[in-house]
Amino acid sequence: MISLDTIKEKVFSSQRLFREDGISLFRSFDLLTLGRMASHAAQRKSGDRVYFVQNMHINPTNICVNRCKFCAFSRSKGESGAYEMSIADILSRARSAEKGVRELHIVSGLHPDLPFTWYLDMLRTLKRETPHLHIKAFTAVEIDYLAKLAGLGVKETLISLREAGLGSLPGGGAEIFNPGVRNTLCAEKISGDRWLEVMETAHGIGLKSNATMLYGHIETVEDRVDHLLRLRELQDRTGGFQAFIPLSFHAQNTEITKSAYTTGFDDLKTLAVSRLLLDNFDHIKAYWVMLGEKITQVSLSFGVDDIDGTVVEERITKMAGGTTDGSMTRDDLVDLIKQAGRTPVERDTVYNTVRVWK
Amino acid sequence: MEIGTIERTIEGGGRISPEEGLTLLREADLLTMGELAGSVRKRLHPERIVTFIVDRNINYTNICVNKCKFCAFYREADSPEAYVLSNEEIYRKIEETIALGGTQILMQGGVHPDLGIDYFEELFSSIKSRFSIQVHSLSPSEITYVARKAKISIADALKRLKASGLDSIPGGGAEILVDRVREQVSPNKIRWRDWMEVMKEAHRLAMPTTATMMFGSLETREDIVQHLVRLRDLQDETRGFTAFIPWTYQPGNTELGGRSATAVEYLKVLALSRIMLDNFANIQASWVTQGAKIAQVALEFGANDFGSTMIEENVVAAAGISFRMTRQEIVNIIQDAGYIAAQRDTRYNILTKEK
Repeated sequence: MISLDTIKEKVFSSQRLFREDGISLFRSFDLLTLGRMASHAAQRKSGDRVYFVQNMHINPTNICVNRCKFCAFSRSKGESGAYEMSIADILSRARSAEKGVRELHIVSGLHPDLPFTWYLDMLRTLKRETPHLHIKAFTAVEIDYLAKLAGLGVKETLISLREAGLGSLPGGGAEIFNPGVRNTLCAEKISGDRWLEVMETAHGIGLKSNATMLYGHIETVEDRVDHLLRLRELQDRTGGFQAFIPLSFHAQNTEITKSAYTTGFDDLKTLAVSRLLLDNFDHIKAYWVMLGEKITQVSLSFGVDDIDGTVVEERITKMAGGTTDGSMTRDDLVDLIKQAGRTPVERDTVYNTVRVWK
Repeated sequence: MEIGTIERTIEGGGRISPEEGLTLLREADLLTMGELAGSVRKRLHPERIVTFIVDRNINYTNICVNKCKFCAFYREADSPEAYVLSNEEIYRKIEETIALGGTQILMQGGVHPDLGIDYFEELFSSIKSRFSIQVHSLSPSEITYVARKAKISIADALKRLKASGLDSIPGGGAEILVDRVREQVSPNKIRWRDWMEVMKEAHRLAMPTTATMMFGSLETREDIVQHLVRLRDLQDETRGFTAFIPWTYQPGNTELGGRSATAVEYLKVLALSRIMLDNFANIQASWVTQGAKIAQVALEFGANDFGSTMIEENVVAAAGISFRMTRQEIVNIIQDAGYIAAQRDTRYNILTKEK
């Protein structure tokens, strides 16, 4: 174990932390000291600003050829509860977005039958009919799948999607990179190496993305640290990641049995350690849909400078026992940030400032 | 006023003034509040133990003459949802509590217009003749009501209730101990001096009590500090309070409506209470109003007790908030934060430490 004092010295003199530092941080129970260090790091990146976006989630289908054990969302075709939206359905959802919404977050199951052209049509339709909405869509897992459907390389696939209207990529599907854990959790899913390769390719053609980590299931502290360090390594090369978003595992209705929710300590520690290890990421995001509004607000003292957005209306966490309401209004988000004594900044998908609340 | 000066006072083991408390609440950031509360907590509880009690809330009636505007639990006497539990129902609930390892029952109403001191004397003595359990019951509002109804003093009412089996008194109904706020949120309820009088008399009779505070409704920060100072003053005199329990107003289904305090406000007020109430041994986290996650984080903001397993809880649930925790979940969460979990009794004696 490396002492917290030693790590603190490194943090306050802006030195990079290493694997052993990260493990020691996760093993520490000194939550407030972690918060102090992470706040210092966050302050250096964003000052008092806390970002959010007015966005809408669309999950076009829950039909998925993969069977990840941590997932309560996926269904087989024809199974009860399976659904799929047509392009017209998706468009009408997008059109229902309130004024002020500027981002669509579109992720799905891996549908067995839809051809690649369907995805291009979807993007083109949205781009044509709702041009004010930035389309952030397809996890690296979906991109890999679409490339296979298209019979193209990842790069060519991404270029076609971008031409059709894709603006950036979300960070989902990273789960945990450790191959052993990943095999147990989601054997059919692309490997961690492949996930990173897709992201590197996307960054290479100028598409920005986010990155995630699913924690609180069967992974070890070492697995978490290694995951973060692989992201940091890629970010050193590409600079294409915007935000890192740790995702707390929700066990209800999944095949992984253990306590249903992560603890408040674990949530805050994970955010803080992420802020400290990922020194080359501009933003650490607390995803309130998973963490709850209360931990999200407190996390602003634990390294977080982004609380995602209005989200309307997410289905994936809800299926696994998520307890938050489907959405927060812009005013709710602003209040949450203000009452924590910070400055709310509405942003667009690529972190241009839309409005600052004084 | 310099935060640095206040910090030095607290870290040196000194007492802070109301003005200093207010400055902290206004200006100190969340982590500073946690660190200061942590230093007080560490001085009082160096052993890294977090306690909890196994008990049950038994709400013998929901009929209430007070009709507080922040309350979602009470009913009018003629409401189809109004009830008074029979003694048999109460016994059954106590049996279940004991079977689950419970050591205490917390009985509170409703201030029912027809239930007088005789009713409670009979109830408590019948409970004591049947069960070995701590009767931690009747908030000051109920005690004041039965005393007035019987036209006897608070002291005499408490003596009779104690003789019949009442062991200790929960600190509910304190709300905010400032009459301006009480007149707005609970105009029919006893005023702050009445609440204090019951506690003072109870302490004189060697009956321990707790103290609560409900915040997040219409009070100001000054009111919160005033509340804490009033408790601290009485505690200097009597030493009868075992614990302080701040919790947040829950606006669902209430006449008062509006919003409640955020998590950051909760943690700051909790920390301030640990800092200011230097003569209170124990501060409780409120998982019932905050949920398990924030209640766990509250252990770094001055709380050293996780409250009760709440085999049954009806009042907060009526406002639409229904967090549930089993004993095992409470133990897990305490241990996950790096503390030793221990079951305690009403007087904070440790019964068993968990492995």
